[in-house]
Amino acid sequence: MTFRHRHLLGIEPLHQEDIRTILDLSERYVDLNRQSKKHLDVLSGLTQINMFFENSTRTQASFELAGKRLGADVMNMAMQASSLKKGETLIDTALTLNAMHPDLLVVRHPHSGAVNLLADKVNCAVLNAGDGRHEHPTQALLDALTIRRAKGRLHRLSIAICGDIAHSRVARSNLLLLGKMENRVRLIGPPTLMPSRIEEFGVEVFDDMREGLRDVDVVMMLRLQKERMDGGFIPSEREYYHRFGLDEEKLAHAKPDAIVMHPGPMNRGVEIDGTLADDINRSVIQEQVEMGVAVRMAAMDLLSRHGREGEDQA
Amino acid sequence: MSTTLFINARLIDPEAGTDSLGSLRIRDGRILDIGAEPAPAAGEGTEVVDCQGACLAPGIVDIGVKICEPGERHKESFRTAGLAAAAGGITTMVTRPDTAPAIDSPETLEFVTRRATEASPVRILPMAALTRGRQGREMVEIGFLLDAGAVAFTDCDQVIQSPKVFSRCLTYARALGALVIAHPQDQGLSAGAAATSGKFASLRGLPAVSPMAERMGLERDLALVEMTRARYHADNLSSAAALPALERAKAAGLDVTAGVNIHHLTLNELDIGDYRTFFKIKPPLRAEEDRRAMVEAVAGGLIDIISSMHTPQDEESKRLPFEEAASGAVALETLLPAALRLVHAGDIDLPVLLRAMTLNPARRLGLEAGRLAAGAPADLMLFDPDRPFVLDRATLQSKSKNTPFDGQRMQGRVLGTWVGGTRVFEG
Repeated sequence: MTFRHRHLLGIEPLHQEDIRTILDLSERYVDLNRQSKKHLDVLSGLTQINMFFENSTRTQASFELAGKRLGADVMNMAMQASSLKKGETLIDTALTLNAMHPDLLVVRHPHSGAVNLLADKVNCAVLNAGDGRHEHPTQALLDALTIRRAKGRLHRLSIAICGDIAHSRVARSNLLLLGKMENRVRLIGPPTLMPSRIEEFGVEVFDDMREGLRDVDVVMMLRLQKERMDGGFIPSEREYYHRFGLDEEKLAHAKPDAIVMHPGPMNRGVEIDGTLADDINRSVIQEQVEMGVAVRMAAMDLLSRHGREGEDQA
Repeated sequence: MSTTLFINARLIDPEAGTDSLGSLRIRDGRILDIGAEPAPAAGEGTEVVDCQGACLAPGIVDIGVKICEPGERHKESFRTAGLAAAAGGITTMVTRPDTAPAIDSPETLEFVTRRATEASPVRILPMAALTRGRQGREMVEIGFLLDAGAVAFTDCDQVIQSPKVFSRCLTYARALGALVIAHPQDQGLSAGAAATSGKFASLRGLPAVSPMAERMGLERDLALVEMTRARYHADNLSSAAALPALERAKAAGLDVTAGVNIHHLTLNELDIGDYRTFFKIKPPLRAEEDRRAMVEAVAGGLIDIISSMHTPQDEESKRLPFEEAASGAVALETLLPAALRLVHAGDIDLPVLLRAMTLNPARRLGLEAGRLAAGAPADLMLFDPDRPFVLDRATLQSKSKNTPFDGQRMQGRVLGTWVGGTRVFEG
């Protein structure tokens, strides 16, 4: 298995082959994670630092667990509480950490492009755990793995992504990945939550959810990012739920075997009906969480191989 | 009496629109006469400059240069900006008042004038703020500031939000014949934006503004100009959407001119690439269609003036995530070679290009400069429009090195600059 990228900053630079490589390796880690002894030592002796400049419980836990299961020494840094408050710049922080010789740096940041900036300044592999509204590549990869396992393939599917597309890095990474794998992608949401000229990415845009969901294989719901709303994007939560919340009635327009996904954390009763989210016949939301750990194990394994191979040769 | 004779010069006269071989004589700081080849015999004590076919033209008059004194001298000083200007063929810098503190009183303006005289080898004419502290509330002492030497009044990128305040400023300025310069923008729409809206900003996940915000700002300003009949210059225009309003205002006979900065003529949004903050300017780099429209507007004369909008920023303020990084680029030394790209691309003739950088800004400010004519000031630049080079930002004279052209191939080198007959740069 070869993986030529030094960092995982986004889906944009990846090719079909790269995506398949990550997903194939992830399958092996899914199997490992289902055993009682879930431990390998492929990252043994390596140091993984998780730098989260933005609050996260789920993604950080997933990366932490992935590193620990592969034997890495994992350290978590909650950056919003630390040096940035003292006026240190992002690059200073990066250089400080770099001097501690980490092997893997997992970074989340509220500004688009911040992880790219940081990756330029350090010697180790950097994984983007979400930057602003730009990309969240491991989320798109875990979604892809979930779809591939549920549908038996990851091409020629019709996939709807619904909700706050404009503020969503999950939507961007997903539409790039699903497009690269030759699927039909539809975006559904109110026009105030659509990025400008998004149809130029080869996606279809709908503001009528029933029409948008017609005959799709996969329904991806997005969190309505309340904290990102400066006000005035939608009239009210209840009107949003009425028009864009996923319930049984709207889902009936999709294919009978369509699966329902959500990157979490969910706002039940805002973008998705609570009962539907828990319906194990339709919802693969729990499976997404499981795939997340496996995909992150695979990504860190592949990225760390450059360093490890270098040392073997030396 | 000191006399200099330029021979074998390709004389570019932006006023006549001519481009021809000839000679030019200067004496005591002014152009004495212009002759066709063969040149007149050099008399006793005459210095002869053999131009060897290089272009001799009026020096550039650059409206909107930010010199970071007072307040941020570590970014740029009068001395370094002056050296950079001389190396760029700029003989008059018209400075912006958006310093810290703003140039909004005769006392602060006097500081600028004094520092300029002490430290800069090229002419410096200061602009003053239009409202105190550029806060958009109370107008400055326009009369006193005019007496102290302010050549125009502008709050730069701080748009005066209140139409009432702005209309009073325009009315008062008009009575004194003062020129008001604005960077039109509807700040309600553009707040928080780091890029122009479109596919690129959507892909990069950057907060973006539609070019329509510029049109809205310009339409408002022009309505107030129509109401007050003030002298108005819309600077830093960047978008095709704004041009029809400008055309209408000019056709209606308003005293309106317009400017564009060099980066909006030579770069587009895609140059930002992987979040390169040296390409973050304000207003943001636009789509290629907008860039083309601006070039055509300059070639057709709808846009009168090209400027560098020189904005020094230190490394620290640029080494940040794109949204947080400071806006602006240094451009004194790259203005001419960047502008010559338009000539090399066949988009515009050299005399027309230079008119927008010399004669037009000089006329708008009521200066004698910008002409190759007997009696005009001997503010001249000598340049080879074709000489290729690769820009290395470390070689720039500016204290700040935030140029978007670093590492790029450019064509056109300044060989000499004269201000009032004195040579201030030798390339």
